[in-house]
Amino acid sequence: MQRHLDGKFSLILPAVLVALVAVSCAGSSTPAPASSAPSPAVAASVAPSPSPSPAAAASSEPSPAAAAALKVALVAPSAVNDLSWTESMVEALNSLKTQYNLEIAISDNQYVVSTSANVIQNYASQGYNLIIAHGSQYGSTIQQLAPQYPNVSFAWGTAGSTYNLPNVFAYLANANEGGYVQGAMAALLSKSKVLGVIGPIAVGDDKLYVDGFCAGAKSVVASISCIPVYTGSYSDVSLYATAAKTFVSNKADVLSGTTQAAVGAIGIARSDNLPWFGTDWSQVSLAPSNVVASQVYNWSPVLEQIFTELQAGKLGGATYTLTLGNGGLNIQFNPGFNLPAAVKAKADELIKGITEGSVNVPQ
Amino acid sequence: MNQFFTVDVLTTTIASGIALATPFLLAALGETIGQRSGVINLGVDGIMLLGAFATYYVELQTGNLLLAILAGTATGTLMGVITAFVSVTLKAEQGISGIGVYLFGLGFSSLLFQKLVGTPLPIATLPPVGIPLLDSIPLIGGMFFNQSLLVYLAFLLVPVVAFVLNRTTYGLKIRAVGENPAAADSLGVSVARIRWSTVILGCTFAGLAGASLLMYGGIFQINLTQSEGFIAVALVYFGAWRPVGVMGGALLYGLVGVVILTWKSLGIIPLSASDLAATAPAVITVLALLFLARRFRQPAVLGRPYEREG
Repeated sequence: MQRHLDGKFSLILPAVLVALVAVSCAGSSTPAPASSAPSPAVAASVAPSPSPSPAAAASSEPSPAAAAALKVALVAPSAVNDLSWTESMVEALNSLKTQYNLEIAISDNQYVVSTSANVIQNYASQGYNLIIAHGSQYGSTIQQLAPQYPNVSFAWGTAGSTYNLPNVFAYLANANEGGYVQGAMAALLSKSKVLGVIGPIAVGDDKLYVDGFCAGAKSVVASISCIPVYTGSYSDVSLYATAAKTFVSNKADVLSGTTQAAVGAIGIARSDNLPWFGTDWSQVSLAPSNVVASQVYNWSPVLEQIFTELQAGKLGGATYTLTLGNGGLNIQFNPGFNLPAAVKAKADELIKGITEGSVNVPQ
Repeated sequence: MNQFFTVDVLTTTIASGIALATPFLLAALGETIGQRSGVINLGVDGIMLLGAFATYYVELQTGNLLLAILAGTATGTLMGVITAFVSVTLKAEQGISGIGVYLFGLGFSSLLFQKLVGTPLPIATLPPVGIPLLDSIPLIGGMFFNQSLLVYLAFLLVPVVAFVLNRTTYGLKIRAVGENPAAADSLGVSVARIRWSTVILGCTFAGLAGASLLMYGGIFQINLTQSEGFIAVALVYFGAWRPVGVMGGALLYGLVGVVILTWKSLGIIPLSASDLAATAPAVITVLALLFLARRFRQPAVLGRPYEREG
């Protein structure tokens, strides 16, 4: 009996485990390639639709001009449809696909930096022209890999450093500009004069947005309370929801937050019927009655500059910045929110001032 | 600091801490039952993810909260059958098979979310329900007696599980199987049957834990649990395999997390210490574990498949 069971065990258990892990891997990198080895399907074209579905992003559609196509790989920490950070970059790539004859591969949900390094290296070894590592957490990986692949161009952000490498581009978003405008609107909408703004970790454009939000609020109501909370996590929805609840208990009556985990806080804004200001991407669909406006990242101006440089044979060495002035940042107002005319006018005034340089947003 | 000791802030902080502790409590209670019978299940987190997704998807499709929670719970039961088959019948090494179940839950819930939902949409959540008379007690009423039904259910399950484990024949068999399965077997107790039942029960609790986590935030995301299932396993050790101790650990973890966030929002914790403070729930729980749990002994055959001799 013992031998019989051992025999059965040795056959079935490995099969079960292999099946479990196989299914697991298939799911964790959808619609992107397997985490460690991009397959030919990885290099699938992304349909240039205004709102790509995961299926669309993964669909394989041979381009007639495939031979001359610019092969671009995107490695991003969250889902392609996160209504936030990653989706903004996917949209920008899609919008430029035809113009620059791009062949796009995407690996989303690469929140584990160690495995994402394998993904980036695999793209580099497979002859991709440009690898976009869309997150400041990928910086050290780029710094290590770029010298090993001098003919491959790397871009990463948000960061200001190319590490003095000739094949690395860096990009930044002046998120404090949109944060400043939205903070001013929040202060004007607030009755309690207590605001709640939530971020993950006090670095990068998340910190810029949060700092800009509070600076903008104080620019119109100097005495307003705007104390940011950093949860320590980019993706813990529960922590964001809890942070929002604590703000509400502290009398905050307007909320804002960054990253894809902000959906947890938006849920609190919705349930307590409080105004919400979003960033990275439009979040109207999450709370149609509560989202006042969203700072939307349009990475197209940055990508266009990078593609132009690549076509000219330059693989890196430059840093680009999204601003309200160059159209990389846009404040999208929610028509479903009844925004007082005076608040809208103030926002327009600030946008104009920042664009023209007459309003100086603190860094 | 004075701002913290106001009625509104204290009430919300404690109430949020209790609500945040609920998924940990449910998952850890289920794991306690399994571990008392000698089976360790490291797949809790994956099962919570599957339970959360099932709850989310059914709610999106039907708008029926009760049906959604039942679906999440039933998903846990189904995973319990798979886990029991691998751990008990096939006698797999429990740590490895548990990690396999976790990876399956993480990957399959992500896959289903991407394919069936795509762009995240918010869902309705369970509203707080005040307990008549008790909810009007100043301060305490708002903290403890104005929670969602799942929170009440989780805390009611603590004495129920304790009673079953310590005061019933079934509980005696569970403990016997976890301490000396050969002796239990010689007395006619089916070790496999008991372990099958505890694993299925534990995974059902994990499914319900996933549902309660989803109800807290009102939206699903890939890797929604953020490894809460593993913390739940640690809380079983913290609670020394006793339901009341497990509840204490879950409350400590949830409350410390919320207090830290509240202090940040009040400016009591400076921005420069924000990231360090985020680690406080884990650090405090681990320290408490070191001081408390070492006084207790784990089930004698925890993690060991039972092989009848001879």
